[in-house]
Amino acid sequence: MYVAVKGGERAIDAAHEWLADERRGATDVAELSIPQIREQLRLAVNRVMAEGSLYDPDLAALAIKQARGDMIEAIFLIRAYRTTLPRFGVSAPIDTGAMRCDRRISATFKDLPGGQILGPTFDYTHRLLDFALMAEEGAGATPAVAEAAGAARAAGGAEATALPHVAEYLDREGLLQPEPEDNTPPRDLTREPLDFPADRPLKLQALARGDEGFVLSMAYSTQRGYARNHPFVGELRIGRVAVSMDIPELGFAIDLGEITVSECETVNQFTGSKTEPPKFTRGYGLVFGQSERKAISMALVDRALRWEELGEDDVGAPAQDAEFVLSHSDNVQATGFLEHIKLPHYVDFQSELELIRRLRAEAMMASTGPQEAAE
Amino acid sequence: MTPLLQVRNIEKRYGARIGCADVSFDLYPGEVLGIVGESGSGKSTLLNCLAGHLAPDQGEVIFDTRADGPRDVRQMPEAERRMLSRTDWAFVHQNPRDGLRMRVSAGGNVGERLMAVGARHYGDIRQTAGDWLTKVEIDTARMDDRPSAFSGGMQQRLQIARNLVTGPRLVFMDEPTGGLDVSVQARLLDLLRGLVRRMGLSAIIVTHDLAVVRLLADRLMVMKSGHVVETGLTDQVLDDPQHAYTQLLVSSVLQV
Amino acid sequence: MSYNFAYLDEQTKRMIRRAILKGVAIPGYQVPFASREMPMPYGWGTGGVQVSAACLTPDDVFKVIDQGADDTTNAVSIRRFFEKTAGVAVTEKTAEATVIQTRHRIPETPLCADQILVYQVPIPEPLRFLEPRETETRKMHGLEEYGLMHVKLYEDIARHGEIATAYAYPVKVEDRYVMDPSPIPKFDNPKLESPALQLFGAGREQRIYALPPFTKVASLDFEDYPFDPSKAAHPCALCGAEDSYLDEVIVDDAGGRMFVCSDTDYCASRRDTGEAA
Repeated sequence: MYVAVKGGERAIDAAHEWLADERRGATDVAELSIPQIREQLRLAVNRVMAEGSLYDPDLAALAIKQARGDMIEAIFLIRAYRTTLPRFGVSAPIDTGAMRCDRRISATFKDLPGGQILGPTFDYTHRLLDFALMAEEGAGATPAVAEAAGAARAAGGAEATALPHVAEYLDREGLLQPEPEDNTPPRDLTREPLDFPADRPLKLQALARGDEGFVLSMAYSTQRGYARNHPFVGELRIGRVAVSMDIPELGFAIDLGEITVSECETVNQFTGSKTEPPKFTRGYGLVFGQSERKAISMALVDRALRWEELGEDDVGAPAQDAEFVLSHSDNVQATGFLEHIKLPHYVDFQSELELIRRLRAEAMMASTGPQEAAE
Repeated sequence: MTPLLQVRNIEKRYGARIGCADVSFDLYPGEVLGIVGESGSGKSTLLNCLAGHLAPDQGEVIFDTRADGPRDVRQMPEAERRMLSRTDWAFVHQNPRDGLRMRVSAGGNVGERLMAVGARHYGDIRQTAGDWLTKVEIDTARMDDRPSAFSGGMQQRLQIARNLVTGPRLVFMDEPTGGLDVSVQARLLDLLRGLVRRMGLSAIIVTHDLAVVRLLADRLMVMKSGHVVETGLTDQVLDDPQHAYTQLLVSSVLQV
Repeated sequence: MSYNFAYLDEQTKRMIRRAILKGVAIPGYQVPFASREMPMPYGWGTGGVQVSAACLTPDDVFKVIDQGADDTTNAVSIRRFFEKTAGVAVTEKTAEATVIQTRHRIPETPLCADQILVYQVPIPEPLRFLEPRETETRKMHGLEEYGLMHVKLYEDIARHGEIATAYAYPVKVEDRYVMDPSPIPKFDNPKLESPALQLFGAGREQRIYALPPFTKVASLDFEDYPFDPSKAAHPCALCGAEDSYLDEVIVDDAGGRMFVCSDTDYCASRRDTGEAA
């Protein structure tokens, strides 16, 4: 006799054990340590921190290890952990003008006060596999190289004098659309349901947490003509900024520590109108860690989403549609809903099955009915 | 007699540019008003302000409602205004794609307004939809086809059926024959004239085509640069235009 | 590391309870709430889990079903989550449970007044597949503009001769809000009028809605094409029940199949009391 499927509990336990074993891989290879991931897969760590909305390199490294390198899974782990954390307060806005830059480039001015700082970038590397890295030990870490890198880092670090934002120069001439001052605390996506219309802070928040691939593709679509906005990278800067918080008991702000962020400000063309002379406008991106692809993408999408505020036409491009972009940018939401179709749907499928059988039977009856009657 | 629609000092600006300004008129039950002018004269802006698709900057649009008599449509809550626009009002767009659901069958298109006001008997809805398709000269065998499979003229007639099925008291039409071949236009005009007279409809028709208003409108309003420059009975305005602009319009266009 | 009772902190539970109370006050209305990121994926019951967490007390007896069964993997996973984080008693018996979390079914055993049925909801918006924009659908609900919903049913009949919706069949609540009952088979729709409190949680979409006890729930239809909750006419091959919803199971390579109750507790208790076929 048939016995209904049982054993869900045992199956789950067995699956978890197998998974743990797979995660470890061959035991004759040394286990990855968290510091190794944190130091050597730093860009992966940065992405997990950015999209997980939690600045903690060690936890991000742990999540990457536990997720076996699946970035979205790692982001999910960080998000689920983050939601349990008590909230002690809100930091003061970071001052990126005071950033100690590791990298700072402008595509709009050849030279400018503070200069162009190339920093640790893939940009001008030739993408050739470096087989030397296959060696287990010591590749790339010759004392001479380490010393040179250290010196470069120190030079950047010593540049403690703040580098002015490129936008300020355009601003001084009145060439940039001024951004309205607004000191209302921004809505918090993690504490309030997403609600439309969304204001710019909320959009930026969603983009900063949004999936890098999604934001990149949206930005790319604007470059290909779906709401083109003629962006120039006015400035991209990556470096360390202090995070401070007002302590009411003390009556003043104290520095809690330092975080690395990537900031991108684009300068975009704007034709102006009959009553207003033309001005440049801007898009803005800010992301945890060195995540410059994400920061630039974010700035382009931010700019595309501002069409209404800047009096531009809605050309019906996906990147202009705030409801579309914000509703689909979160990869933790997307992956959960996408993968939920793996869950059993026996009941829904059964009801469809019955319906389609009945409709087919009726259709057959309708086409063969009279014939049978004649026989 | 109470006018069905009283329009007072409607004005709509786009920044410094005038869409339309200073427009006032009364429309009586059973009357068809034509609004003519070249493109950019503000006639479509005016129509959209009247029909509630655009918010005018000032002025009143007072409609003689069934329940409460004359009321300013602009002061109504949105729910009431939407109810009005699917019962007593109808709007025929120039492009039938704007007024039809292209992925819904012809029958469903006509039935939608009935269902929106509470019809819940499939057979009755279908019957009424079929009657209306016949009235607008669409074969009922095409009832379950989607409008995308229809010709432009059929789509426009379907749009008219969809609008008139709830027996509206006021119909707004924006260039209803625009974009159609001349022979198709003639047939549509003929059909419209029949429906308007038989149902005793009140209508406001915006068009640049004087032949349309000659055939359909009792009265005319001529617009230029957002202002009304001349009004009067249709024949009077067309045969004896007073304003220089109307004279130009009549002499240049109306060679029939 | 220890978590609060039922995982969520008390502030969050309070926020969810406020949303539930609002939902109860306006039956069928979708209340936005600040859904939290749970340690399980969106789409896997995060809405239901948050609603359950906000309802559970230490004395509750908790039951979880997925597709009607207590032993499907996701039901097991959610039940374990609350055993671990809330330490509540769990059961597979519908009659013994005080809070039942479900995905896609309403238990066959009639519920009673002191029970809460919590639904996991993937897409709470019944108008979503007619109109993708949230801003627009909220307006349609606000203005009670449901004509389009009936156009869809009309099109079904015109094309198929009947309303071709087999699950997630839309209902109208207390003659006001059109509501998605979650993807339950339409066979279950009549059970939506119940003495129990029914709560619906959609985590990813950040919505909660409710049917208070004895709320009027009408499945949308036409007078001449009335709603038909029927299912395939088979008895359960295990317990012989004629009145329960059945899963179809393929039993051999030749495609042989049998029909068995999807509600495992109902089936088992019938067999225990000797009503097997």
